[in-house]
Amino acid sequence: MGFNARGVWAIYKFELHRFRRTLLTGLLTPVITTSLYFIVFGSAIGSRMTEIGGVPYGAFIVPGLIMLSMFTESIFNASFGIYMPKWSGTIYELLSAPISAFETVLAYVGAAATKSMIVGLVILVTANFFVDLQILHPFWTAAFFVLIATTFCLFGFIIGIWAKSFEQLQVIPMLIIMPLTFLGGAFYSIDMLPAAWRTVTLFNPIVYLISGFRWSFYGKGDVSVEISMAATLGFFGLCLAVIWWIFRTGYRLKS
Amino acid sequence: MRAADNQSTDSAPGGGFSGTAQVPVISISGLSKTYQGGFQALKSVDLEIRKGEIFALLGPNGAGKTTMISIVCGIVTPSTGKVIADGHDIQRDYRAARTKIGLVPQELHTDQFERVIDTVNFSRGLFGKPRNPAYVEKILRDLTLWEKRNNKIMELSGGMKRRVMIAKALSHEPDILFLDEPTAGVDVELRRDMWALVHQLRTSGVTIILTTHYIEEAEEMADRVGVINKGELILVEEKATLMKKLGRKTLTLNLAEPMTAIPDGLSDWKLTIKADGNELEYEFDANAERTGVPSLLRRTSDLGIAFKDLNTRQSSLEEIFVGLVSDRKGEK
Repeated sequence: MGFNARGVWAIYKFELHRFRRTLLTGLLTPVITTSLYFIVFGSAIGSRMTEIGGVPYGAFIVPGLIMLSMFTESIFNASFGIYMPKWSGTIYELLSAPISAFETVLAYVGAAATKSMIVGLVILVTANFFVDLQILHPFWTAAFFVLIATTFCLFGFIIGIWAKSFEQLQVIPMLIIMPLTFLGGAFYSIDMLPAAWRTVTLFNPIVYLISGFRWSFYGKGDVSVEISMAATLGFFGLCLAVIWWIFRTGYRLKS
Repeated sequence: MRAADNQSTDSAPGGGFSGTAQVPVISISGLSKTYQGGFQALKSVDLEIRKGEIFALLGPNGAGKTTMISIVCGIVTPSTGKVIADGHDIQRDYRAARTKIGLVPQELHTDQFERVIDTVNFSRGLFGKPRNPAYVEKILRDLTLWEKRNNKIMELSGGMKRRVMIAKALSHEPDILFLDEPTAGVDVELRRDMWALVHQLRTSGVTIILTTHYIEEAEEMADRVGVINKGELILVEEKATLMKKLGRKTLTLNLAEPMTAIPDGLSDWKLTIKADGNELEYEFDANAERTGVPSLLRRTSDLGIAFKDLNTRQSSLEEIFVGLVSDRKGEK
């Protein structure tokens, strides 16, 4: 057996099956949340701030909204996916199966990324009901969409292995990712900040992801698209390296 | 002394285990495991499991049984040593090795929200096997789970969940099956069913390694027995040979008249008064050249000690096991 495709498919199907069980809340939640964001940010704030860089404010926040949901969905889905077998003890079956580390990651991260991309698409469709959207560079949009979903799922997978409790699963998404996203230009352009804060914000990696994704929509970003893509690929590579180390050492997986 | 040195090369007596089954299907050499906290769970264990046999691994809690099984199955990383499963190194050639092995862990680890049939199909797929509804149906029927196939696992009783664990372990048609305390906490009926299933699996050529606290289980099923204590495999022996070699027999005389003290004339025998003086018990080595039984009976007759009945009893595997473990404690 060179590649355990059936094993990968079994895990992938299992994870998506879990998603199907909670389909209503899984899809309804982002739709409601997105609608609320449009009401609060789009209507309340948007009425005072009509355009940013020539883009209507309602449309401007769409890429940031999609990213915000995809970050949290990716991390949640992937971390929960691998944490549950650890918590319930069924991880024994995974560890004793003829499946490699690469195949395991491919299956769990693939399933989690699929789920988060479905949510991202649902938000995109929902946003289309509120604002007129344009996507100038669809190839880049797709590239950022897939890459960011995958990267954050890898990150979530790491958190799922690291976490020893349900509380720890929530710590990084809630205390680090969520604030960085809000401060990363999801709802404003960092050009609107004073120079000193703008410099500080550039240390926030989320800025590069949101900027690149927004550029693919409107051709305008806080930083150049090449830098955004490089930052995304860098984060992707870093996550891969950490996962490689986890499987090599068996960190919190094997005694 | 390593337990491997103690391994008998006799042909297997009884249990239907044939002489052709001497080929090792699992070879463990120099296997040690020290956990991060410094606890040494296994100390250079050598062991060979023969193809097609039922091997019972006995030992008290914390002896290293589960650690050994977990290493062979890939769940725990060994500190030192080597394990070959059906010709495949479990670390270098883990895919081929793990494909051959099925594991039923001690704890009931299940996906509570999944249906029985889905979780069994999942296990089969995880091990790289194509779908085979007929085979899965056979397993579920054999384990009397077919009627429950569409039930969620959370709706099943503990005994039924245990059956699901076995079905999952068998789903990929393993040649080697590890049963870690398979009947812990299950009722008598299920235990009997499981014993029957294990015999049936062995008949189909599956090698079975089981750990158990129920010595009766090992006595009932095993061809060979290994005793592990404090990480050391202290003995591996054919079950029948072990019982013959180490087994003690007890002669019990049901006295016609109660006895309050052992008469001086019987002081040469190691006798115990039991049942409020109504029984006289004599423990002897059944394999000894002189058991002392005929002379004891003659002496009781000479002394005018009458008895209504007598019987002899072979000591159980449990008594042997307790004796072995306590002997080791004594040595330390």
